[in-house]
Amino acid sequence: MAIERADPDPVRSEQPAVVQSLPGPYVRSRRRSRSLGDRIFEGVTTGFGMIILLIVVAMVVALGWEAWPAIRRFGLGFLTGREWNYVDQFGALPYVWGTVYSSFLALAMALPISLGVAIFLAEMAPLPVRTVLSFLVELLAAIPSVVYGLWGMFVLVPLVRQLELWLFLHAHFIPLFSGPPIGFGMLSAATVLAIMIIPTIASVSRDVLLAVPASQREAALALGATRWEAIKVALSNAVPGIIGATLLGLGRALGETMAVTMVIGNIGSISISLFQPAYSMAALIANEFSEATTNLHVAALIEVGLLLLMVTLVLNLFSRLLVRRVAITGAGSHVKG
Amino acid sequence: MSVSGSESALWRGRSVPSFRETAASNTRGVVPTRDEIAVELAVARARTAVVPALTTYDLRAYYGSTEILHGVNLAFPYRQVTAIIGPSGCGKSTLLRCLNRMHELTPGASVKGRVLLGNQDIYAPDVDPVALRRKIGMVFQRPNPFPTMSIFDNVAAALRWHRVVRRHELADRVEQALRMAALWDEVKDRLHENALGLSGGQQQRLCIARALAIEPEILLMDEPASALDPISTGHIEELIVQLRSRYTVLIVTHNMQQAARISDYTAFMLMGELIEFSPTATLFTNPSDSRTEAYVTGRFG
Amino acid sequence: MKDVSVFTPAGRLLSSGLVSAVYRRRRLMDLLMTGLAGLAVLVAVVPLFSILISVAIRGLSALNLDFFTKMPVPIGETGGGVLNAIVGSGILVGLGTLIGLPIGLLSAIYLAEYGRGRLADTIRLFTEVMSGVPSIVVGIFAYAIVVRPLHHFSALAGGVALGILMIPVVTRTAEEMIRMVPQSLREAGLALGLPRWRVTVSIVLPSAASGIVTGAMLAVARIAGETAPLLFTALNNAFFSTSLLRPIASLPVQIYTYATSPYEELHRIAWGAVFVLVMMVLITNLLTRLAVRSGYEMKR
Repeated sequence: MAIERADPDPVRSEQPAVVQSLPGPYVRSRRRSRSLGDRIFEGVTTGFGMIILLIVVAMVVALGWEAWPAIRRFGLGFLTGREWNYVDQFGALPYVWGTVYSSFLALAMALPISLGVAIFLAEMAPLPVRTVLSFLVELLAAIPSVVYGLWGMFVLVPLVRQLELWLFLHAHFIPLFSGPPIGFGMLSAATVLAIMIIPTIASVSRDVLLAVPASQREAALALGATRWEAIKVALSNAVPGIIGATLLGLGRALGETMAVTMVIGNIGSISISLFQPAYSMAALIANEFSEATTNLHVAALIEVGLLLLMVTLVLNLFSRLLVRRVAITGAGSHVKG
Repeated sequence: MSVSGSESALWRGRSVPSFRETAASNTRGVVPTRDEIAVELAVARARTAVVPALTTYDLRAYYGSTEILHGVNLAFPYRQVTAIIGPSGCGKSTLLRCLNRMHELTPGASVKGRVLLGNQDIYAPDVDPVALRRKIGMVFQRPNPFPTMSIFDNVAAALRWHRVVRRHELADRVEQALRMAALWDEVKDRLHENALGLSGGQQQRLCIARALAIEPEILLMDEPASALDPISTGHIEELIVQLRSRYTVLIVTHNMQQAARISDYTAFMLMGELIEFSPTATLFTNPSDSRTEAYVTGRFG
Repeated sequence: MKDVSVFTPAGRLLSSGLVSAVYRRRRLMDLLMTGLAGLAVLVAVVPLFSILISVAIRGLSALNLDFFTKMPVPIGETGGGVLNAIVGSGILVGLGTLIGLPIGLLSAIYLAEYGRGRLADTIRLFTEVMSGVPSIVVGIFAYAIVVRPLHHFSALAGGVALGILMIPVVTRTAEEMIRMVPQSLREAGLALGLPRWRVTVSIVLPSAASGIVTGAMLAVARIAGETAPLLFTALNNAFFSTSLLRPIASLPVQIYTYATSPYEELHRIAWGAVFVLVMMVLITNLLTRLAVRSGYEMKR
């Protein structure tokens, strides 16, 4: 049993998400009269900070501008159309479906595992184990997606094909397991995505759990709770933050391009089957963008990108606010010696 | 029937431990069972003879390799309020946390020596700290109600974990605990509201109710009133005095007046050592150690 | 009378041999959940090792001097290297760093040293949100602001895309590192009569330098592996090119092209290139971890 709260965990600092709204070190002396140099320096750095705001806003504006021909032409029908004929019909529904279905499948696989990892890292593992495991999880997050793609194509897909063949032979009457058992398809894409979003969900959830005051666990333990019961108390405190972490993972899955492109099969289809090759929005952009010739085609692809941008912006905004909320309400932590 | 009339009346007046409920629902009515008589006898003896409820032998506590408690030998009397006083950093909170094995939860912390609950060493290898903590409740310095639970659920939480009562008895037990913590009248109309809506003093009494609900033998209190306003402090103090008839209470406090007001015995600690342990009146009026005298007369600390 | 022990000052129910069925069940649940959490860790780590092992086995065998020094050979011939992609990646990452590092670092200084109030909170939030924007969308943005006006794909566009991707990573790590510098150091500088900007430039930044440098390396490692935003900005180039205004090859795009081609020989080279990328990520992450630890020691 270990409540490891008092020690500074070297890992936490790399995830500033939870420890944000501290005042700057100079806050108290801010209002004093300042030299010209100071004012210039502050002005310049503030200006660079505002570039970040500018870029995000510019992204929305630029994509909206470039996508305008398609938006004007198809309106909402863009989202419901199934026809994508490269000339005058651009309906994104199969790609939206591919993105959403693969992401939610990935989430279903990744969430329990991520929570297990987060709980293990925050509540169970002794410090040395925690340090090593945190490093491994971070490494998982840092590996480029094209590497996941290559690994997916040559290592995962053959394995998935074996599994699909077996399921196809024994359980093809279940709609989930119908379709061609070729390996490339929804199941492989969702699996790769799950592996890729586990580190995101796990590390943010771990930080959120670590931000729950130790007094909560102590209260439970002092009442004779087992460690798991004490963890449940901590978890109930961390729920908003864990939802935030999940949304963050979802955002990452929705926008992931290379790994998905390389294993999903790249055939636009709408099917509940896990074996069916499909196509995601990001994969569509990756495959067609540099070869698109007509303005409308480019605009349609950019509109797909704009959709991705808006969805991930909203998801990220929402999830960061949720994670912050736990960080702030969890600030009363204290252990007395 | 009764060995000590007042004792018995007290018990009838407040119906908490479940064995008394059994007695009350007994068809034999007021005729006490043999067990009941035996227990009352034991209790009466305990009250008069100062039986230790908890004894420490050469208790040493460490953070890493730093020793914070340097071999404390203490016998906490049964069903008395014992206050532990001393300047901050003297190890009084650590001592308390050693008594329900919370100290060892801090990374790098360890404990040596023996602590006997009755005649059982709580640091024996076959003792499960989880089972132990059910017998030795703890109230912390800052009120720490579970913010995701209602007032009712806060008190019921441990009852549910331990599954000590049936579902239909749960409400009764929660009410009893809240009454014992003198909180019932204030919260009975909003039991299902969030516990964070209570004032600090109410929250602390809720935490006490939460600890009492599972009927521990001993209640550890780590400066339970230090984060509260004077009126709430008064409530808590009254409460402790009342709990004394039923529980062995150990309270760490930095407030000497508080120790003098509410405790039967007082232990004075300094730099990780027990300096003096005496009946409260003796310790404050006629201390045997010059350092105790210096402290209680306010010359240091 | 099951509760007699409550009234005798003896903790008889303490020994685990005497505990109730309820308690045994709770203990079992505790063990079960601990086991499940451990299992989850195993499941999460297995793919990592699978990736590392397959990359080591398949990648290492593809590496030789030619890999780094020769140009790609036509299909059908064996041998050859990816010199153009390595140089191209170097140029793209250099460009990206040139754009992303100053913006990221200066905004980090703002956030860490002056950042308070609504503006700073908004910038912080946007930095976090920006790091969640899909990289392919950043590619489209670079396309819209560089490729469109110039009317052709270029290394410059790829560099801009990578630079934008780098900003949030740099900002977040650098802010964290600057915050780690002890307040006493700042006060010492101010007490010497230095203006605040001098304190920041001459005392705070050098103290945080090792952390900032490793944070920047982490960011470099991240953008060096980015593929999606390059697909339609820097595009690809079968030939050797160092021009900023022409399409340029890069390792990640080369990996993608080779991997999706039907030729065994190209797959082999893709694995070799992946090995290079993974090693880079591994080393930068290890270094960062060491720097963060020493940063904490500094804070104490």
